[in-house]
Amino acid sequence: MSVRLVCTVVLLVRCVSAGAVEPTISWTWFPVQEPAGTPRGKIEFDRACAVCHGTGPDRPGTASLQVKYQGKLPALLEERTDLTPAAVRYFIRNGVAMMPRFRKTELSDPQVDAIARYLGRSGSGS
Amino acid sequence: MTIPPTIATVDFRQALGDWRKVVGEEWVLTSDADLDPYRDSYSPFAGEAQERRASAVVAPDSVQQVQEVVRVANRHQIPLYPISTGKNLTYGGSAPVYSGSVVLDLKRMNRILEVSEKNAYALVEPGVSYFDLYRYIREKKLKLWIDCPDPGWGSLIGNSLDHGAGYTSAPYRDHFEAHCGMEVVLADGELVRTGMGAMHNSPTWQQFRYGLGPMVDGIFTQSNFGIVTKMGFWLMPEPECALWMTALAPRHDDGPAFIDTVASLTYSGLISSQVFIESPVLGFPMGPELSALRRKWDATRVAGLDAYASRTGAPFWTATFALYGPESVVRAKAAHIRASFERIAGGTVKDHELVRFPLSDEQVAQLPEKPRFGVPNLAYFQSRFAPEAPVFEGHMDFSPIVPFDGKTIVEAMSLFDRLLQEGEVAPLGGRAITYHLRAACMIYAIPVGKDIRSNQKAREAFSRLMDVAAEHGWGEYRIHPAFMDKGMGLYAFNNNALLRLHERLKDAIDPRGILSAGRYGIWPKHLRKPS
Repeated sequence: MSVRLVCTVVLLVRCVSAGAVEPTISWTWFPVQEPAGTPRGKIEFDRACAVCHGTGPDRPGTASLQVKYQGKLPALLEERTDLTPAAVRYFIRNGVAMMPRFRKTELSDPQVDAIARYLGRSGSGS
Repeated sequence: MTIPPTIATVDFRQALGDWRKVVGEEWVLTSDADLDPYRDSYSPFAGEAQERRASAVVAPDSVQQVQEVVRVANRHQIPLYPISTGKNLTYGGSAPVYSGSVVLDLKRMNRILEVSEKNAYALVEPGVSYFDLYRYIREKKLKLWIDCPDPGWGSLIGNSLDHGAGYTSAPYRDHFEAHCGMEVVLADGELVRTGMGAMHNSPTWQQFRYGLGPMVDGIFTQSNFGIVTKMGFWLMPEPECALWMTALAPRHDDGPAFIDTVASLTYSGLISSQVFIESPVLGFPMGPELSALRRKWDATRVAGLDAYASRTGAPFWTATFALYGPESVVRAKAAHIRASFERIAGGTVKDHELVRFPLSDEQVAQLPEKPRFGVPNLAYFQSRFAPEAPVFEGHMDFSPIVPFDGKTIVEAMSLFDRLLQEGEVAPLGGRAITYHLRAACMIYAIPVGKDIRSNQKAREAFSRLMDVAAEHGWGEYRIHPAFMDKGMGLYAFNNNALLRLHERLKDAIDPRGILSAGRYGIWPKHLRKPS
């Protein structure tokens, strides 16, 4: 067995045995630094969602929902009280309007669940 | 799960089992719920049988795993479709060109391997996004800029391989032009490095891209000859300041001289940024009054449009660009550029804010036109533009390369406007952009969504736009998979000799047809239609 093949086998064993690796997408300009005790869903939201659904200029999700609801519902998802975790999960995996679908390699199921629980914390259902 | 008809179920199951041993159970996906996000979110075939679907997904996280995955695919002759970050929306997203292919999702390979501040380059893996590299550079306070497309959540490697481009200075804004060195896994699992990377321990892999012998990097773009697992990019040193400017001209007939001025300033290097050449009168979207005027194709058309521009105060033509460098140099260039546009009667240049670098976090967050300053954003994704406007669900871009010539671009805008009216399609955009160094690319975002009839109309209009453009010698620079065969077919010199060369390369480099079947019209022999 060549040295190269030994190395390949060792690497494969290491990678498989290392277990699940969480996807680490972060569409942010700066590292997300949250105070201790911040809910995981808030951290994941700030990393993956706030670039479109946060406050400030150039946030297309917020701008679109402002046009859609005309103030009847908050344009900021974090201010909504009518969202359910199931609805949030659905929109992340299936997309809506210009928002595309997000894959497991971008957001794992535990990450999606955390965001869904965070945004759906005031809504009913699961 | 849709398995290609040429694959036996037992082979497919064996391949899935082999891949699980390579990447782990968790990273071989086969359930409908896990595969649905790999559909093209902007598919012009949504809800129709022709919509492209993956049969499974394998997501490695190392080069060695990619090599093993490819070897398994070869053993069982399973078609693979590599994606990097999967964000090539408008041009196919994460979905394979050949339905039933197994998507090889490289998003987990997201390491920034090296960034040299001194020699201004980066070496990255396919899963690294523009946001990732921007954040890395900012965190380490390096005096470097990235050049990003709009939107900026995609892959540096993926965008470059599809001939994508950004906003800042040449040569950085043409993302393949700015690359230096590749690592590629071939269809048999062999690992190749190009340029100086072909030497052992070369310190100049990201500084001299030719190496020795034929330069093969280009054959791995818009193709299916290998899987790029590393790629180097030249980065622009952070400038002292940037001045964002818009030149304006008042009348329709100013168009040729106005655009020729942009071309002259670009060729001379005085404008090195990308330029958006737009017409608030001829662009999209438009209100009902302008729509009615644009539908008049008689001798009064131009006078009517000029009168509209004059009455509303809208310039007929605008060109937006930015200058980068020391303030004294930027100011001197700006003065010369202003004088050039003021030679057109009524021509002016509006200076936007002079931006000095580095920026604070707060300044970055508030910065308008972020990509012009090397800052990624996702601002493009607004889906609603007015309460009464239809929701914009997605689009595929008609993006022909036209001569960088004022008279031609003005004529092309009218021609495409007429074809879009006849096709009953209302796009966004309708501008000429200097994405690449010597050409103007016209961009019309043709809306697609969930309505099958509307999508059919969009496809018909798209096809007609391509045909008429080709009559003028204007071809697409990049195209949605729905039109890849047609797009390459229109590059028809000498009985499509170029495509036939691609096919000969394919047969030699990937004889079992494992990689990205059908991408840019290149099909493996067993799937090729007889000519």
